[in-house]
Amino acid sequence: MTTSPLFQLDGVHFAYESERPVLAGADFVLHATEKVALVGANGAGKTTLFHLMVGLVLPQAGRVIAFGAECRREADFHPVRARTGLLFQDSDDQLFCPTVVEDVAFGPLNQGCSRAQARNLATEALDLVGLSGFEDRVTHKLSGGQKRLVALATILAMKPQVLLLDEPTNGLDRDARARLLRVLDGLPQALVMISHDDDALAALTRRRVTLENGRLSG
Amino acid sequence: MSTLTLSAGEALAPARRNKPLLDRLEPRSRVLAAIAVAVAVIACRTLPAAAATLLPAMALALLAGLRPGPTLRRLAALEGFMILTLLSLPFTMGGPVLFSLGGLHWGAEGTWRAALILTKSSAIALSLLALLGTLELPELGHALARLGLPARFVALFVLSTRYVEVLRGELARLRLAMRARGFRPRASLHCWRSLGHLLGMLVVGSLERAERVHAAMRLRGFDGRLHLLDEHRAGLLDWGFAAALAATFALLALLDMA
Repeated sequence: MTTSPLFQLDGVHFAYESERPVLAGADFVLHATEKVALVGANGAGKTTLFHLMVGLVLPQAGRVIAFGAECRREADFHPVRARTGLLFQDSDDQLFCPTVVEDVAFGPLNQGCSRAQARNLATEALDLVGLSGFEDRVTHKLSGGQKRLVALATILAMKPQVLLLDEPTNGLDRDARARLLRVLDGLPQALVMISHDDDALAALTRRRVTLENGRLSG
Repeated sequence: MSTLTLSAGEALAPARRNKPLLDRLEPRSRVLAAIAVAVAVIACRTLPAAAATLLPAMALALLAGLRPGPTLRRLAALEGFMILTLLSLPFTMGGPVLFSLGGLHWGAEGTWRAALILTKSSAIALSLLALLGTLELPELGHALARLGLPARFVALFVLSTRYVEVLRGELARLRLAMRARGFRPRASLHCWRSLGHLLGMLVVGSLERAERVHAAMRLRGFDGRLHLLDEHRAGLLDWGFAAALAATFALLALLDMA
């Protein structure tokens, strides 16, 4: 392991419409094993920051350095995505396969694993989130809490080093939330978590950064 | 075919008690059999042969464990589509006149042709309901992929089956929200405009969701190819089924030529 940070964003600018920049000179550093809370008002650009980190959108100015390499183009981000798991706000966006096991195995299969390896990784990831035996369940018939856990499993199956969680406890009932938090608490990865759930942030993160007026502070 | 696709969302998972024979076939065999049966039935030129195809079609329905009630209703829906054509054929095709009604002449040629169309379409529809209608849609998608259909088409098909439910839910929520504010469908400009907005919201929402889903897929390394996890092999049962089908087709061909 090197001591260089996992992610480093330098003076990142981004705007969907040029007159209203979402990020205006945002700096952010994430070190190995760090657990960071990312807070800010609705529409402040928290999700956009995640999307910049994995290259779903490209910055209009500034640099994104991930795992020691600067990323400028789509292709630069391919290795980054394999090592960074992004959990979406709406699990229905993330689970697109008919059955749970197919969805969880989708990432490993894309990474070139054999079917048997992919199946093993999927089973392992499902065990990790406490959903053993859910392999052949139909994804769209799962409860909201189960969908969130399966979505987490789809990410964990790719063995990421960093987790980016976009409002993971949003819309979950108390039991589902507690269950998710227990699972997340047991994970060793570095983590950045967007949330308005202060208790969850306090339980899972050590450092807090605030996104305001396009810049990060904290 | 249209009955098949119209009812696809809800009715394609009938109770599967003790797995009927057709359910134990490899999905690919069922797709190929469906194509073969359709081609064979279409190829029949004589009425006796076309009528005889109803027998194997019924046998397939039995082997698939189709329930008579819903199956008959779907067949009736299909025939309902064609009723006008079928009824107009005897008046327009000419041939010897069987009877006259006012100034209209009911001809033998058209009667024969209508009977041919009716028997053939029923036989094909029944076979398709048996062979494909009982197949889970994702299984059908995978079978098509394995048969070498373009990955793009298969991805489109599998994704559609997955998100049809989500879309339906979205539509239901929007309509509920409209009704909660007193919306009642009427023939007024306001009503048409509101329905237009509803449709627009649905399209915009779907487009955005599609973008998010695609983003999620890219993050997990999707590059346009869909790798399948399940493995299927044609077994003894599949070959036996193919042989039985081939024998039936041979008999039909003999009957058609006699």
